[in-house]
Amino acid sequence: MTVTVTWYLILAAGLFSIGVGGVLIRRNALVMFMSIELMLNSVNLTFVALSKNLGLIEGQVAALFVMVVAAAEVTIGLAIIVAIFRRRSSANVDELAEMKG
Amino acid sequence: MTDYLWLIVALPLIGFLINLFFGKRIGEPLAGWLGFSLIGISWLIALTPTLDFLFGNANPETIFYFEWIPMLGADAAILWDPLAALLVMIVTGVGALIHLYSIGYMHGDPRYARFFAYMNLFIASMLILVLASNFALMFVGWELVGLSSYLLISFWFTKPSAAAAGKKAFILNRIGDWGFLVALMIIFATFGTFDFVTIFTTAPAILTAGAATAITLLLFVGATGKSAQIPLYVWLPDAMEGPTPVSALIHAATMVTAGVFMMARSAVLFQLAPSTGVVVAIVGAATALFAAVIAVTQMDIKKVLAYSTISQLGYMVLGIGVGAYTAGVFHLTTHAFFKALLFLGAGSVIHAMAGRQDMREMGGLRKKMPITFITMTVGWLAISGIFPFSGFWSKDEILAATFDRGGLWLILWGIALLAALLTAFYMTRLWVMTFFGKPRWEEGTHPHESPWTMTVPLIILALFSLTFGWFNTPARLAFEHFLAPSFALVAHPEAPSLQSFLMLATLALVVAIAGIVWSWNRYHRADLPVEEGGFWKDGLNAFYVDDFYGRVFVAPGKKVSEWFADTVDPKVIDGAATGIAHGVESFGDELKTTQSGRVRGYAAGVAIGGILLMLAFLVIGGGI
Repeated sequence: MTVTVTWYLILAAGLFSIGVGGVLIRRNALVMFMSIELMLNSVNLTFVALSKNLGLIEGQVAALFVMVVAAAEVTIGLAIIVAIFRRRSSANVDELAEMKG
Repeated sequence: MTDYLWLIVALPLIGFLINLFFGKRIGEPLAGWLGFSLIGISWLIALTPTLDFLFGNANPETIFYFEWIPMLGADAAILWDPLAALLVMIVTGVGALIHLYSIGYMHGDPRYARFFAYMNLFIASMLILVLASNFALMFVGWELVGLSSYLLISFWFTKPSAAAAGKKAFILNRIGDWGFLVALMIIFATFGTFDFVTIFTTAPAILTAGAATAITLLLFVGATGKSAQIPLYVWLPDAMEGPTPVSALIHAATMVTAGVFMMARSAVLFQLAPSTGVVVAIVGAATALFAAVIAVTQMDIKKVLAYSTISQLGYMVLGIGVGAYTAGVFHLTTHAFFKALLFLGAGSVIHAMAGRQDMREMGGLRKKMPITFITMTVGWLAISGIFPFSGFWSKDEILAATFDRGGLWLILWGIALLAALLTAFYMTRLWVMTFFGKPRWEEGTHPHESPWTMTVPLIILALFSLTFGWFNTPARLAFEHFLAPSFALVAHPEAPSLQSFLMLATLALVVAIAGIVWSWNRYHRADLPVEEGGFWKDGLNAFYVDDFYGRVFVAPGKKVSEWFADTVDPKVIDGAATGIAHGVESFGDELKTTQSGRVRGYAAGVAIGGILLMLAFLVIGGGI
């Protein structure tokens, strides 16, 4: 039994769904953040797998871009979460609803 | 070469602009001299080409400048023919004299320069009107005249009555303009152009009797507005609220002649519609008599002259109606001179009486202001139709032309003759009450002769009032020959034989003298006759025509306006606007609940949206 590209895609879909579920269900901002990272990386997996399969380099380039953006995003996102945590000693996103209309 | 004739219009316009923007800095009296001299130059420019017509050295021509609305056949062009030339001479000539007069009369007015700006605008508008080579351009001048008359009549707008008078003149003229505008539409639908020459040369072939009647009747509606005929004349007496030079300019030389000029210009069309001629003649004669009756009862010196203007305009319109276009225009010309003279003379009197206009408070001014007295005497004789003053010749020509038609037209002739009797009567009344008898001035009034800028125009106008009639006597038809090219396409009524002329002229003269003698005996006494109650009261109130209009037209109009203001505007217009606003607001209220502030809610939205999109792609792609 060989490992075809389909396996990678199924794995990526599974990871992505776990990520979506995490974002929707968990209330802790930090965990939500990790779920988002999971989704980003599942997409990266798709990019690389298909790049290899189709013999195109662009997919890997895109994956690199996603990594860079994700790194930058993590820096800012974590900084915000830390700032919120310091202020209210909680990272529960349901309490952060001051901006509602 | 007459290409430079555009300067005639341009110079007053330049004067208007300069006085409008820099008038305050130019100051008094320079602003007045500027306005006067520019119009004087316009007159000088037009003088030689006009004399060319007089001596038969020139032919009518269209001077083209640039295309304005090619689709309508409306170019910026001048139709330079004797009729236009004559009107230009009157408008600039009399206009310049009135400007000169105003330099003295408006002395000390806080808006001195603005006055001359408006006056120049008025002259420029009138010149556009008379020089236009097509109906569209003429309409531009026509409307501009309406505007500038409004500005001038309500010049002293802080007086509520002056503001109201300006508004009244403007609105009544709008009613006339409506007729003119509809006439223009029919003309364009029929001819496909507005160009005078094209229309007048092709009219006999193209125009049906019905269309000609419709067009000319509507044109006449326009003329009743500008030329103050029944039923739209009521603006003119009120327009006396303006400064006296304005009255002289509007009611003698320019605005009121516009309607008569327009009908003379369209003489070809009027000739194709004999039934319109009947209407025009009847309205003219009725106006002449009705206004003369009112003039008899007026006490305000300017009001007498105002109604006399309406009456004299009735004569001109009667002349147009009976097809004596030359006679109508001739009376227009002589009237421009003697009525301007009378108005300016009255202004001089008012000036001397420190602004009082009631003739009962005058009297005995003969010795105090000799120049005004002598020149006013000339004007009085001219308008009364005394030989050999100009009014005699021109009025008589219209009377003769009406008489010549015979049949039922004799009724109109009789009416016009009766109006002539009354004209002599009320003018003598004015003259006697102002200059003769014992002084009835209020304490502390010191009448004095006016400065030379005011008396010189009086003297010049008096000379013209005396002599101008000699241009067109049965023995010497210089004026008719001069105008002949303009009326080349119109059949001329046959000149009455010398015998019938002599008979008619003698009759008119006897009637005029009878009026004068009757009036002299009545008013040249130590005590003025009591003129109160009954006829005098009704006449003084102009037979309540204004009240009638007020009740029938103005009051319902106000009701409708109030309904619009109180009901339609707040409920329908504002209702629509606020309704839309309320709708948007409540929609936004509903919508803002979705902005819950809960991140996981937003995330769920994004996820559900993504899933839906995915499903949609699957369906479109045929996956499901």
